[in-house]
Amino acid sequence: YDWRRNVMKAELGLLITRSASSAAHQKVCVVGGGPAGFYTAQHLLKACQDVQVDIYERLPVPFGLVRFGVAPDHPEVKNVISTFTQTAHHARCCYYGNVNVGTDVSVEELREAYHAVVLSYGAEGNRSMGVPGEDLEGVYPAKDFVGWYNGLPSNRELNPGLDCETAVILGQGNVALDVARILLSPIDELKKTDITQRSLDALAQSQVRRVLIVGRRGPLQIAGTIKELREMVNLPDTKPEMVASEFEGMAEALKVIPRPRKRLTELMLKTAVDPPAEKERQRRQAASRSWGLRFLRSPLEVLAGPDGARVAGIRLAVNRLEGTGDGSVAVPTGEVETMDCGLVITSIGYKSLPIDPAVPFDPRKAIVPNSLGRVQQAAGLYCSGWLKTGPVGVIATTMNNSFDTAHSVVEDLTSGCLDATSAKPGSTGIGPLLDKRGVKPVSFSDWEKINQEERRRGAAQGKPREKLLDVEEMLKTART
Amino acid sequence: RLKTSSGTNLVPCVKLCWKILELRGRCPVRFDMSDNKVTVHFVNRDGEKITAKGSPGDSLLDLVINEDLDFDGFGACEGTLACSTCHLVFSEEVYEKLGPVTDEEMDMLDLAYGLTDTSRLGCQVCLTRALEGMEARVPESVADIRQTQDSSS
Repeated sequence: YDWRRNVMKAELGLLITRSASSAAHQKVCVVGGGPAGFYTAQHLLKACQDVQVDIYERLPVPFGLVRFGVAPDHPEVKNVISTFTQTAHHARCCYYGNVNVGTDVSVEELREAYHAVVLSYGAEGNRSMGVPGEDLEGVYPAKDFVGWYNGLPSNRELNPGLDCETAVILGQGNVALDVARILLSPIDELKKTDITQRSLDALAQSQVRRVLIVGRRGPLQIAGTIKELREMVNLPDTKPEMVASEFEGMAEALKVIPRPRKRLTELMLKTAVDPPAEKERQRRQAASRSWGLRFLRSPLEVLAGPDGARVAGIRLAVNRLEGTGDGSVAVPTGEVETMDCGLVITSIGYKSLPIDPAVPFDPRKAIVPNSLGRVQQAAGLYCSGWLKTGPVGVIATTMNNSFDTAHSVVEDLTSGCLDATSAKPGSTGIGPLLDKRGVKPVSFSDWEKINQEERRRGAAQGKPREKLLDVEEMLKTART
Repeated sequence: RLKTSSGTNLVPCVKLCWKILELRGRCPVRFDMSDNKVTVHFVNRDGEKITAKGSPGDSLLDLVINEDLDFDGFGACEGTLACSTCHLVFSEEVYEKLGPVTDEEMDMLDLAYGLTDTSRLGCQVCLTRALEGMEARVPESVADIRQTQDSSS
């Protein structure tokens, strides 16, 4: 698949539409330059020949979780960047980085300047365990740990302590599996990726040898998917450390479940219960690191060591399951257990935060209440991505979700309910406001300078890129 | 597609050479350049039938890209087995001819919406002459939104 073809086609499209861009009457703004924002913009531009889409992003650099969430050793997942780049280059699309909606400009001001505003700013917060000891040193939300190794500026000083033998990860989704894999991957594998040099150096010194991935329900409820689990099973120099009794009854349950869940469970069973073939047995014996899944455990308290400040263990409630399948619920049995560990990573969910009081927000579900992407009781306001549905799903899920919201916007633009015939200033209305407030947006070609610099630095180290970690440095590079 | 710089089509010339070699018994294989294409009928999400031709060895994703077929969101990861957006559904008969599926493909296929027993990822299915005239259905990538619940409080 030659992505260059698409760039050439886009350039051809530019020649045809360039003259139309200044005349594009319908103005839509997208808040958030991650996958949701770009996919929404892409769909809008395709469906409407008279729409100008402006994407506002808080950081100078675009792409959101594709840049800061997808694991460094999953570079193919980041191929979507080429389609986003194509969208950004579209004559009727404009990217404005370094603009913080909510502080630099309000949603109200955007609604005055644009016919429609789509909120796609995702989930920048964390669900907390809500247990004592959560604030001890050595306890990190997975989002922050991932942000640290992926170069998110606000996590660059995380400096997680990796001088302990055992790490416990709460949660069994793909983020938890990514964290486990990065903690245990051979350094030689990681050093060829776009993981930050700082975290690579820290991981090279890491003493973590054992990672336990703990979930409150059973093996049939694990949220991770088979590709990521298989990567753990096949991770060089590591062996699985499972408790076979936790898998009792699974073989029976296998008979009636759909294929995806069945294959995943079969892989777990094979790893946990089946005696390994000779070659595998030897491989496991020679391994210096281990990982395991633990089930039916919920955190009760994070325990400090003798200094009273750093984590030394975690107390867990032992659960039983009520009900079966996806709908089953973990119920405490009253029994309690303690695990020794020097690092705790909570991977129990990202969480959206309200960025502007003018936007309706459901604090319980942590989403913007909407119907098919239309924000309730707010004509002309829409949402897409995790802000719309909650923080679940892969990039393709977000893509579909964004296409649906774009569809709603297009419907409203053409049906007349958005008063799209009256002229709106779009970015010419926002530009002066930003200027007055001393905010200098970063354009997409400015990002391309940052991109080039990161790739140049990476090439020197045999890596695809070395990310700039500091917003000031990004801005300086953008202005060269 | 073989041309001299002045635009003379060389194909008939090449064909003639092969013919001569055949007749002289030096090339036992009959080499016919005119129909080295495989026809595929795609059925899109609206039920429309779209016919395209590809070369043996091309994947179905290659075909969709090369022929610029307009399937929303198809092939997001560009054929690297990192997504399930090139999900296609076949008849039993065609599915049997598509060859074995690797674990790697199954792992990603398992994430596809509307997975069936005769589903494959288009980026992993390569055209062969035996597949001439095959039909491939592009399934819905998400539940009809009008049937799903609102995300409202």
